[in-house]
Amino acid sequence: MLAVSASQLMAARYQMALSLGFHIVLSCFGVAFPALIYIVHRRGIRGDADALVLAKRWSKVAAVLFAVGAVSGTVLSFEMGLLWPGLMSRFGDVIGLPFAMEGIAFFVEAIFLGIYLYGWDRLSPKTHLRTLIPMMVSGVVGTFCIVAVNAWMNSPSGFRIVGDGTDFTVTDVQPWTAMFNNAVWLQFLHMFVAAYMVVGFVVAAVYAGGLLKGRRDRLHRMGFTTAFAVATVAAVIQPMIGHVAGMRLAEHQPTKLAAMELATTTERNAPLNLGGILIDGKVYGAIRIPGLSSFLSRGWFNRDVPGLDVAPTADQPPANVVHNSFQIMVGIGTALVLFSLWFWWRRRRQHDALTSRRFLKLAVIAGPAAVLALESGWTTTEVGRQPWIVQDVLRVKDAVTPNGGIWISFSVILIVYAGLGTITYRVIRSMSRRWRDNGQIDLPTPYGPPAEHAPVPAEVS
Amino acid sequence: MSLADLCAALMFFGVVAYAIFAGADFGSGVWDLLAGDAERGGRLRHQIDKSIGPVWEANHVWLIYVLVFLWTAFPKPFAAMITTLFVPWLFVALGIVLRGAGFAFRKFAETLGQARFYGAAFAASSLITPFFLGMIAGAIASGRVSLEHGGLITSWTGPTSWVGGVLAVLTCSFLAATFLAADSHRGGDHELARYCGRRALVSGLASGAVAMIAILPIEADAKTLADGLQGKAAPFVIISAVAGLFALWRLRTERYARARVGAVIAVAAVVVGWGVAQYPDLLVDHATIADSAGARSTLFGLLIVFAIAAVTAVPAMIWLFVLVNRSEWASDTHQAPLAP
Ligand code: HDD
Ligand code: HEM
Ligand code: HEM
Repeated sequence: MLAVSASQLMAARYQMALSLGFHIVLSCFGVAFPALIYIVHRRGIRGDADALVLAKRWSKVAAVLFAVGAVSGTVLSFEMGLLWPGLMSRFGDVIGLPFAMEGIAFFVEAIFLGIYLYGWDRLSPKTHLRTLIPMMVSGVVGTFCIVAVNAWMNSPSGFRIVGDGTDFTVTDVQPWTAMFNNAVWLQFLHMFVAAYMVVGFVVAAVYAGGLLKGRRDRLHRMGFTTAFAVATVAAVIQPMIGHVAGMRLAEHQPTKLAAMELATTTERNAPLNLGGILIDGKVYGAIRIPGLSSFLSRGWFNRDVPGLDVAPTADQPPANVVHNSFQIMVGIGTALVLFSLWFWWRRRRQHDALTSRRFLKLAVIAGPAAVLALESGWTTTEVGRQPWIVQDVLRVKDAVTPNGGIWISFSVILIVYAGLGTITYRVIRSMSRRWRDNGQIDLPTPYGPPAEHAPVPAEVS
Repeated sequence: MSLADLCAALMFFGVVAYAIFAGADFGSGVWDLLAGDAERGGRLRHQIDKSIGPVWEANHVWLIYVLVFLWTAFPKPFAAMITTLFVPWLFVALGIVLRGAGFAFRKFAETLGQARFYGAAFAASSLITPFFLGMIAGAIASGRVSLEHGGLITSWTGPTSWVGGVLAVLTCSFLAATFLAADSHRGGDHELARYCGRRALVSGLASGAVAMIAILPIEADAKTLADGLQGKAAPFVIISAVAGLFALWRLRTERYARARVGAVIAVAAVVVGWGVAQYPDLLVDHATIADSAGARSTLFGLLIVFAIAAVTAVPAMIWLFVLVNRSEWASDTHQAPLAP
């Protein structure tokens, strides 16, 4: 394959990161929102009118978010080939099965989404509620499958390489082994729980914003507590999964762990660096906590933590990006656990935190913070794998497309996604404003000017 | 039939399903574009929203299905295809984003002006997407995609590509108009049904005419395809012609549900005919199915995945189509109609 310029490789990476970073937020809603809707909908059909209103409104919001999620996901599947033909042509058959299984999950999700959205008043309430269940299940399966591909890139297995350099052939393909590689379970659990955190905190943030503006009705309180409860459960579990995921790295991706910890040399009793940056091989400005890194990532103090020196300089990831995104994720994750537990603890003691402006302001921030943790988490895994697209097997620069003009497609995507993001936000905002203003749940679409006698199509009349 | 052939057939099944179901959705967008200003077009647009609203996302997944089958079973042809046809694929991607988003946004638009803006994005991209998909099909069918990388522009601008693009738009419009006629008829709006039926007739006749004229450029430009269409794929061409004529007759007699069956068969037969005509090549003149298939173990895995799909997604899909074809779903129990 032709040599590819560094700038073009950059453009391809930016384009991939942008489209994934955009899509992942929406895909979280695809995974976790059905469960939230299920909770209020179930309460609704058992006689709670407010809960039913919430379910109806949320399902309309879901219609918009899922549509944008589906189209941005389609762009991703194109980009696998458009940007990384060197990966797909060599390994398409190794990692194809999880992608194909994911296709089934998408089918099921999209079908039941259609049924659910149009099923209001057309299906029996019980059947209608139950159509949410396949959507939740396909959220699980879909997440597993897509994360399996990424986990395989981190921990490749299920094939053998003959030859070396970039001119190798892939033989002995065992697609199921590739799918159930040793990174998949932890990465999947971590991602899945992250989706519930993101959706829980974001929805709660919306209602916290409403409460701050003085909309103190039962609807807002219920919207807040339901979402916040789900988010709390996820937030409490998340650090444990993340911790175990980190321990796996010491063995399988030592350079990634070294970059995350900003460890330059392999040490026993390694200190934990809080903050800090690496310049010319030296760490500046970090707060060092002796021994803690060994304890956290290896399970005990006197164990080795790998340093960046386990790999030649050319094969080391950009440590500063990895380190800081990792710390942002862990910092936010820890803060969110404390924050959410604090709310329930106060509530048990009969303090209504929902009247505290300070609490509500923090709850508004928690939404974007969860999204930031999500993005930082992916940045950690992805950038931590550099310069490999498939760890120790294939470099990113050998996988990228030989086509020129990626800066153009990147710019187009940037503009389109900026517009798409803005419009999505504004459409949902306008929906909620209209719900408040006219109390109706169904928003008529203005297909034509309001007229008593809307005329029939031209030639008919 | 070898394992690779079977996988190719399952993949091609997805191509046919996408052509029919998503084709009808795309075509609806084309009619939306031509429906006139807000005053005149409101009623048709309302019907389009009702008809494709519950199903478009599911129909769209067929494309994902085809892509993942392709890169899993035939990784090298996939990479060659998408690298050589980089430009049209980008347009398809852009079209898909704008169409889906525009459609979803329009439904919840606040003002008429916004609805028109989103609607325009939806409608225009419904035209662009099938056009470029048709061009891609033409490029492959005329042997312009090889396992080496071809010209970034010249590989998809040959005569067969133009035929493919135009024919794709016309057949999508034909399918959509027939579907919309059947749907509005069932919903009780006979006037709108006649309006759509007339459009179905026109676009059906145009599709047929273009298909006949197309024989000339294809003969000159795509020898392998032309031979296949006159040889082993001839029965499908005939089936398509007969079903198309049947559909046109039923449209004239205002039996829209039957017309729809004819239209579906006509389009499906053309697409199948294309596949049969170029068999056993995947990339015409450059790569056969057998030679370019991926690992056997993976092909086997794909069969298992397909079997799982057959017991999970397929019944669900049937249920969805049964539901939307019930009369309660066709009529407006839920939303007050805006137009009479
Ligand atoms: C199928 C595999 C896959 C999956 C599930 C993800 N990625 Fe990834 N990502 C890649 C496959 C990939 C890649 C193709 O391997 C890239 C392109 C360049 C590279 O090194 O890896 C990449 C790069 C990449 C980069 C840029 C790294 C750099 O500077 O080079 C970021 C920030 C992300 N991704 C973020 C994400 C996010 C937010 C994801 C969540 C949806 C995600 N990735 C899932
Ligand atoms: C390389 C990475 C990825 C690719 C190629 C990809 C591909 C896709 C595609 C093609 C779709 C559209 C399906 C449809 O038409 O409904 C989609 C949607 C979806 N994706 Fe991704 N995806 C990626 C990353 C992720 C990740 C990391 C998650 C994690 C949770 C995820 C979860 C989902 C879900 C749940 C949907 C359905 C969304 C909806 O219907 O609203 N995807 N993805
Ligand atoms: C609080 C403690 C947390 C710890 C110790 C932790 C640890 C980790 C580790 C070690 C990885 C890298 C895994 C790998 O590359 O194999 C990772 C990845 C990731 N983290 Fe976290 N994390 C925490 C919190 C969070 C939170 C709160 C979120 C989001 C809401 C999050 C989202 C992610 C995501 C999306 C990834 C990449 C995908 C994956 O591995 O599943 N993490 N995390």
